Amino acid sequence: MKKIKTALFSIFSILAVCFFGLSPAVSGSLSIKGSTTVLPIVQKVVEAYMAKHPDVKISLSGGGSGNGIKAIIDQSANIATSSRFIKKKEMAAAFEKGSFPVPFAVAYDSIIPVVHPDNPLTDLSLDQLRRIYNGSIRNFKELGGSDLKIVVNSRDTSSGTWEVWNEKVMKKERTSPRVQTLASNGAIVQAVSKNRHAIGYIGIGYLNPRVKPLKVNGVNGDETTTLNGTFPISRPLFMFTNGWPEGEALNFINFMLNPEKGQKYVKESGYVKLY
Amino acid sequence: MMMKRNQIHRHAREKMIRCVFFLMAISSIVALFFIMVFLFKEGAPLFKTVSIREFVFGVEWYPTSEPPDFGIFPLIVASVFATLFSALFSVPLGVMTAIYLSQIAAKKTAGIVKPVVELMAALPSVVIGFFGMAAVAPFLQNVFGIPTGLNLFNASLMLAFMSIPTICSISEDALRGVSPALTEASMALGATRFETILRVVLPASISGISTAVILGLSRAMGETMVVLMVAGGAAMVPESIFDPVRPMPAGIAAEMAEAPVGGIHYHALFATGIVLFLLTLAFNIFADYISARYRQSGEASL
Repeated sequence: MKKIKTALFSIFSILAVCFFGLSPAVSGSLSIKGSTTVLPIVQKVVEAYMAKHPDVKISLSGGGSGNGIKAIIDQSANIATSSRFIKKKEMAAAFEKGSFPVPFAVAYDSIIPVVHPDNPLTDLSLDQLRRIYNGSIRNFKELGGSDLKIVVNSRDTSSGTWEVWNEKVMKKERTSPRVQTLASNGAIVQAVSKNRHAIGYIGIGYLNPRVKPLKVNGVNGDETTTLNGTFPISRPLFMFTNGWPEGEALNFINFMLNPEKGQKYVKESGYVKLY
Repeated sequence: MMMKRNQIHRHAREKMIRCVFFLMAISSIVALFFIMVFLFKEGAPLFKTVSIREFVFGVEWYPTSEPPDFGIFPLIVASVFATLFSALFSVPLGVMTAIYLSQIAAKKTAGIVKPVVELMAALPSVVIGFFGMAAVAPFLQNVFGIPTGLNLFNASLMLAFMSIPTICSISEDALRGVSPALTEASMALGATRFETILRVVLPASISGISTAVILGLSRAMGETMVVLMVAGGAAMVPESIFDPVRPMPAGIAAEMAEAPVGGIHYHALFATGIVLFLLTLAFNIFADYISARYRQSGEASL
C-alpha cells in the first residue's frame, strides 16, 4: 500500500512538473535562408536557440544572399541572411509583391591582409594592396620591403571573403591571373605562414601568431576599428524579415542580437560582434 | 513427359539468369549515359553566348567580373601538363616496381612490398593534398629557392603518388600473365635475366602495361582534391614548372558551390566538365587502341 502511494505520488509530481515546471512555450517554426558567409554564425545560434526552445523547428539553408532576399520578397522564408544590403531593384520587387523587408545588422565581417612573420612590412595603403593584386607591384622592394618576389594569395570567387576584398580593395578591378587561389582561410594561413614571399587575406577570426597582420591605410584591423568604421576592409552582415518581426522570428532576432546569447557565437565563428 | 518439362524449366532458368546478368551489365552503361546527357544538357547553353573557340582557346578566366570572360585554355594546359609531368614520375616508378615484384623479388619481399604499394591507393586524396601543402610545398621552396611551393611541380608529384598504385598493380598482372614457356626459352638460349625481361617479358606484356599507364594517367587527370590543394590555383598558362596552375577539376570544385544554378557561370563549369570528360575519353580510346594493336596472340608475334 505504501509502495503504491509513493508510486502514485511520484507519477503526480512528474506530471505536475510537466505541466507547470516548463514554460508555456509557443511552439512554432522558422525558416532561415541566405548567405553562406553568415551561415556559420547562424548555424551556431540556431543550435543554441533550439536547445533553449526544443519545440521550435528551424530549417536553415544557404544558397547565397540573393536567394535569401528573394525568399523574403516572395515570403517563402521568415528570415533572410545576407552579406550585403538589399539592392534598390530588390526593394522595388518587394513592394510590388506586398512585402516590406526590414534589415538588422547582426555582425561585422573584417578582412585582414597578412604576411609572413619575418616580413618587415607593417602598413600598406588600399591602393598598394590593389596594385599588388592586379599584378602591377611584383616585388616587396617596391613597397620598401626586402627584395623578394611577391606571391599573391587570394580566394575563390565563391567565397564571401573574396567578395569583400573584391569590393573594398580591388573596387571590382580584375586580379592578375598570376594570383594563387586557395580554398579556405586555413589554407591561406598555411601558405603564408610558411612562405616569406607570400601575402594573403583572411577573416579576422582566423588571425593567429603564425602570420603577421598588416595595417591598412595606417589603421590596425581589430574589433574597435571595425565597429567605429575606420578600418576600410569590413562590411556589416544582415538579417532581413518581412515587416517588423513577430512571434518566433522576433524571439529569434532578439536572441541573435543579445550580447550574452547570439552575439557570443559571432566571435566564435570568426566575425566581429556588434558590441 | 517428365523429362521434357524439366528441360523447359531449365531452359527458362537459363534465360532468366542470362537476363539478370545482362541487366547488371547494362545498368552501368545506362547510368553513364544519363550522366553524359546531364553533363551536355547543363554545359551546352554556355555556347549560346560564348563560342567554342573563345571557350577552349581563351586565356582569360574571370567568370564573375562584369563583363565575364570564360577562357579555359590555361586550365586545359594545366591539366594536360600536370598529368604529363606526373607520368614522368609515375610510369617509371610504377612499371619498374611491377617488374621487380613480378620477376625479380623473392616471394617474401614481394609479400611485404606489394601490400604497401596497394596501401598507397587507400590513402585518401585529401590526406595526400594536405601532405603536399604542409610538407612538400615548404620543402620545395627551400630546396629550389622558388617563391611558391604550391605549383605545377608539386601537383605533378602528388598526382604521381596517386597513380603509382594503379599503374603498378595492373602492370604487375600483365607481367605475371607472360607465359613461363617464353622466359624459360629465353633463358635456355643463354639470355641473362635482364635481357629476358627487356627483350621478352616487356614486349610480351606491353599491351597490358600501356592500359595500366593510361588508366593511371586518367586517374591523375580527373583527380580533384589534390590539385585543389597543392596546384596553387592561378588561372594562367604556366611559363615554368614552378608556376602555380589551376587544373580543370580544381576550377570546377572551387567555384561550383556559389555559381548561381542556371546562370552562365554554372553552365561554363559544366562545359569545363565536358572538356575534361572528352579528354579522359580520348585517353581511354587511345588505351583501347594500343592494347588491341599490340595484343599478344600466343608466342608467334614476338
